[in-house]
Amino acid sequence: MATDDKDQQEPTSSLGRLSRRSFLTQVSAAGMATAAAAVTPLATSAVAEPQTSAPPVAQAIPGSVAVKLKVNGEVHAIRIDPRSTLLDTLRETIHLTGTKKGCDHGQCGACTVHINGRRVNSCLTFAAMQQNTEITTIEGIGQAGSLHPMQAAFVEHDGYQCGYCTSGQIMSAVAMVKESWGAEDHDVKEAMSGNICRCGAYPNIVAAVQAVRKMA
Amino acid sequence: MELFELITARSVPDAVKSQASSATAQNGADVRFIAGGTNLIDYMKLNVERPKQVVDINGLPLDRIETTEGGGLKIGALARNADVANDATVKDQFAVLSQAILAGASPQLRNMATTAGNLLQKTRCVYFRDTATACNKREPGSGCSAIGGYNRMLAILGTSEHCIATNPSDQNVALMALDATIHIEGTKGQRAVPIEQFYVLPGTTPNRETVLEPGDLITHVTLPKLPSGTKGVYLKLRDRASYEFALASAAIVMKHGSGGRIEYVRVAMGGVGTRPWRSLEAEKALLGKPATPASFRAAAESALHGARPQSQNGFKVELAKRCLVHAMAQASQNA
Repeated sequence: MATDDKDQQEPTSSLGRLSRRSFLTQVSAAGMATAAAAVTPLATSAVAEPQTSAPPVAQAIPGSVAVKLKVNGEVHAIRIDPRSTLLDTLRETIHLTGTKKGCDHGQCGACTVHINGRRVNSCLTFAAMQQNTEITTIEGIGQAGSLHPMQAAFVEHDGYQCGYCTSGQIMSAVAMVKESWGAEDHDVKEAMSGNICRCGAYPNIVAAVQAVRKMA
Repeated sequence: MELFELITARSVPDAVKSQASSATAQNGADVRFIAGGTNLIDYMKLNVERPKQVVDINGLPLDRIETTEGGGLKIGALARNADVANDATVKDQFAVLSQAILAGASPQLRNMATTAGNLLQKTRCVYFRDTATACNKREPGSGCSAIGGYNRMLAILGTSEHCIATNPSDQNVALMALDATIHIEGTKGQRAVPIEQFYVLPGTTPNRETVLEPGDLITHVTLPKLPSGTKGVYLKLRDRASYEFALASAAIVMKHGSGGRIEYVRVAMGGVGTRPWRSLEAEKALLGKPATPASFRAAAESALHGARPQSQNGFKVELAKRCLVHAMAQASQNA
């Protein structure tokens, strides 16, 4: 698995200086470095040599295309395989790994991001189709120390167990509160039905979403 | 997924020209238009669709929802499902369409999926999705694994010995009940096809699902004005309360006069047909009859008269009848 400066700078957890991602990256770097995905080539530098040069490019891949993506207000000029979904490009090329890959077929919602303020499944659109849009990921809505109200509500109401679906749940919920839905819990359940939580934290997710809606 | 070239269409004629070179506009086309991408990319990941060129049409000015001079509605091919469902005119005058769209998929998918993309939505038959199995729709002549296989979700109306795949759309069932017209621009110019004639039965060529030819681009859909006093209802029955395909659904548009007799009615069904299923038999059975449970049951019986259930979906016959009766009862109540 590749790493870059952002991995070193990301916020630490309450458990100590090491964040969950940094820990996992260091533990698994050796094994993962050889397992780079074929579709979206990665730099193969191990964590011991943080990459400080230009972002990795895919010039060696025939048919790769140059695209510019505006993510969380920042423009990224990259070369990608045209088959790269927005999800894979965000994670593997731009290294914004907060957006998760669950089913990769639009059934689970873990990959939910905003395009021009609307929630979408980033696994079902090609990154090269999103060059003139404003893309927002979980990294773009709040920071450690200044959480988005929805992030704070998920913490407050314990809206997760394993946490894998959480960034998708939160991105979906942030968009949902701006849409027109009824006021009841069952309305929230319907509005959030595109986000699956296999731990079954649904009651707490509904509580978190309702808490934010009542703040508005 | 196989490698493809991504092309951006600058105009409608540009898009038509790009796709005209494809050997077919049906399953397995060499050139594919992409709009929302929710269905196409799913099938490209499974290698069910392997286009060599993908033409991005999202930049074309086809996303408007407008009322027409005669009081009808014009819905652009690229109007997103969420925007159509939440449009004030649709909710007010064509409520069955709004209800049907909101009964399908998830909010994220509805934000992406388009009107024309939904018209061309592929079946969810597990054998169509799995390239390791025989499927006449995906690979003509290879056989049908669903007949005698896992067919609980599949069709009981319009099937053939070559294919029993269900059309999975909710939107299209409502469009059937609203007498929609599909407007197409192709290599020979523009044409308008009533939705009744847009979908073809599987017969011996289940790989062909619509009348579309290479180069054909759906530009918009029009709906005629409904007679005043009609009420529309979409009822969807499924295994889960949300985010699931229909086992059976019904779109009913109905009007009854002061004497209680039915003056206007459209009956369409989803989840049971190889195409979005309109039942002229049920409409004939209802017209001029009193809006009573007995009339509804008789109409439902005639709608399912030709049903041919498979090994696992016999329950759908009675389920679809009860779905129709329930939806007709709701539609007969004054708004």
